[in-house]
Amino acid sequence: MDILNQLQRQYTDFTALLYREGFVDENFTQVQKLQDESSPDFVVEVVSLFFEDCEKLVNNMAEALEQQDVDFKQVDSHVHQLKGSSSSMGAARIKNVCIAFKTFCEAQNREGCLRCLQQVNHEHTQLKTNLQALFTLERQIVANGGSIPVMQ
Amino acid sequence: MFSGDMATADEILRRSLTDEVGVSKGSVSGSEEFHVLAVDDSFVDRKVIERLLKISSCKVTVVESGSRALQYLGLDGEKSSVGFNDLKINLIMTDYSMPGMTGYELLKKIKESSAFREIPVVIMSSENILTRIDRCLEEGAEEYIIKPVKLSDVKRIKDVIMGGDGK
Repeated sequence: MDILNQLQRQYTDFTALLYREGFVDENFTQVQKLQDESSPDFVVEVVSLFFEDCEKLVNNMAEALEQQDVDFKQVDSHVHQLKGSSSSMGAARIKNVCIAFKTFCEAQNREGCLRCLQQVNHEHTQLKTNLQALFTLERQIVANGGSIPVMQ
Repeated sequence: MFSGDMATADEILRRSLTDEVGVSKGSVSGSEEFHVLAVDDSFVDRKVIERLLKISSCKVTVVESGSRALQYLGLDGEKSSVGFNDLKINLIMTDYSMPGMTGYELLKKIKESSAFREIPVVIMSSENILTRIDRCLEEGAEEYIIKPVKLSDVKRIKDVIMGGDGK
């Protein structure tokens, strides 16, 4: 009982932190709301899809930016896709980097683009770590017979 | 007291009318499900829209491009594996920005087809561009909704389409 309470409190605190620090936003809450008994792994599935997508797009962007003659329209279309999926998932920081990234693409600024790419990688890693921790907490709560606290 | 009776009678009349409309609102045609064709090139968005629609009690078919959508509808000029008459689509929801064929181009093709022009088409886009919105609505789009799509959006659209006659 004690452990469960602790875990649930940890979960609540950690979730609040993720929102406060802007790692996720209300769209992530929306995604969580779509999970239920008929689709119990929905959030994990969406998150996995997102990270796969993110990696693929980042590779494409990196390749495009390495060219002698950078095709900024190409880079921009990859960024646009990443912006879209990060927005749908509620990955707020990544989405915000994409907004800045797009500006650099429009300005055809290679250095700016490369900096944004680095930032995307950084945020990707951080978010992955954070969400894995969140999912671990969820599993522990359920394993201890408890239910996951509902936010808001 | 007389006016009180009138008000009650009015209410009873209104309630029974609503009940009648309610019954026909609930079914598309008999016991058929509300079938939505969703088109989006993003893996994440496809997964989310599929779930949103399933939670809203819709039958869902999701494809990743405009050309696949046309293929599914049998509008691509090739022989379709699905019989024309067997295909019952109540709503098409398509992303606007897609490589190859945009949602706008897909909308046009659907409205040009005699078989499918009556099907409501909803455009989804992350971009709130007035000229784009106008163009889609002029071309016959039912609605233009801003992504990310919420459960309330899907519910509202479904209610409008199922409830509105001759809209």
